[in-house]
Amino acid sequence: MENSSIIDIEFWRLISAYLFVLLLIIIFKVRGIARERKLAIAAFRMTLQLVIAGYVLTYLFELSNPLLTLGVILTMEGFAIYTIYKQAGTRLSVNLKKTIAISMIAGTSFCLVFFNFVVIHFEPWYDPRYFIPIAGMIIGNSMTGITLSVKELLKSFTTQKDMIEGALMLGADPKAAVKPYVNHAFDSAVLPTINNMLGMGIIFLPGMMTGQILSGVSPLLAIEYQIVILLGILGSVGLSVILFILLAFRNFFNLNAQFFPEGKN
Amino acid sequence: MTTDLLFAIRGVRVNNILNVDHLDIRKEKVTCITGESGAGKSTLMKLLNKMISPDSGEIFYKGAPLKDIDSVKHRRKVVMLSQVPLIFPGTIKDNLMMGYMLNGSKPDGDEVLKQAIHNMQMTKELDEDAGTLSGGEKQRLALARILLLAADVYLLDEPTAALDEDTEIMVLGHFMAEIKKKHASLIMITHSRKISEQYAEERIDLSQPPFREEMDNNTRGGL
Repeated sequence: MENSSIIDIEFWRLISAYLFVLLLIIIFKVRGIARERKLAIAAFRMTLQLVIAGYVLTYLFELSNPLLTLGVILTMEGFAIYTIYKQAGTRLSVNLKKTIAISMIAGTSFCLVFFNFVVIHFEPWYDPRYFIPIAGMIIGNSMTGITLSVKELLKSFTTQKDMIEGALMLGADPKAAVKPYVNHAFDSAVLPTINNMLGMGIIFLPGMMTGQILSGVSPLLAIEYQIVILLGILGSVGLSVILFILLAFRNFFNLNAQFFPEGKN
Repeated sequence: MTTDLLFAIRGVRVNNILNVDHLDIRKEKVTCITGESGAGKSTLMKLLNKMISPDSGEIFYKGAPLKDIDSVKHRRKVVMLSQVPLIFPGTIKDNLMMGYMLNGSKPDGDEVLKQAIHNMQMTKELDEDAGTLSGGEKQRLALARILLLAADVYLLDEPTAALDEDTEIMVLGHFMAEIKKKHASLIMITHSRKISEQYAEERIDLSQPPFREEMDNNTRGGL
């Protein structure tokens, strides 16, 4: 599928874009902000990672092997779960880590299967050209959602310990005692996705759509993809976060319905 | 075991906080728990409400081992009021309704709720925002809420710490009368000697022997 309408950027023109990095470095120098090093590393890593990704993707697209595609998805899941563990800030109990992994994998897999087989329906089912970028968007957004809800849940269980215990003392079911905080954690995890939908198309064109339009796809086809992708992300974030939250709160109670704000071991 | 026994505590230890070899608490009595800070008063209350379990020893509730009783069912009959009044966002009525909801019991009508508030010496309407209440009012709202529940045992952890003496006497006087009417039992932590002298039918002083002695012996033995 050769596309003639996209201009291949000549090498020297591509290099010229790095002038923007130079501009930033000059600003940092003049203002005396010690950030040049970090920016230089970031620019270097961005270049290296994208070049590698370009070659790896080319290779994967050419091979178009179902096992390879699934392997990439698994690697993405693993990396996303690892990132959540790192980002959550506090030390997580083993049980909580398991819960995070289960809800990430279950939530994103269900949405991916539905999305690939029902919504887009491409052939063959493992076509990496579709499967990998879609999985990236779904897994990445669920990752952010679960990270937010983990942080929020741990924070409110610690700060609202007295409220939760006070409710238990009156005879509350553990589920009822934590309900307001669990709901709040769900809401704060899903809200960024909803806000993103509000600004869509007016404030910014998302990366995927920009890419499609640049490569010659008609804006009308591009928005079709963008709409279904956004809905897929919404579903995946919602599903993995609710799974996480419903499974997670049990980690904070023992069989005697006694509450442990740090999570029981 | 005698039939008027409510709680029987046998050889109970919780960390280095509490050490009770033998303690009986009787049914339909007002029992006051006193003792200096760190004596384990709140810990004892939480044991009775099954918010915590002892490291060793056993507690019996009406003759049955507490460890075999479902925690939530137990707490619905043996309700506890913590030191920090539990106030939810919303009106006074919302807060009273939360009590029934969390306790899993059937709510009463507005007239009963209004009366409950007035009995606690509060001149507030049901639709007023509970968040704007003073510390003392929040404490009384929490007391009104727990008294509306049809419990067998009421465990109160310093329920009137934020009240002035006159209000304290009136509020507690009403609470005691209602408890007697319900044939319920009351176990209360208090710092006030006066309250203990005026209302207690049974007294437990965790700073005095045998509790204090046992603790000291235990600490010495551990060294």
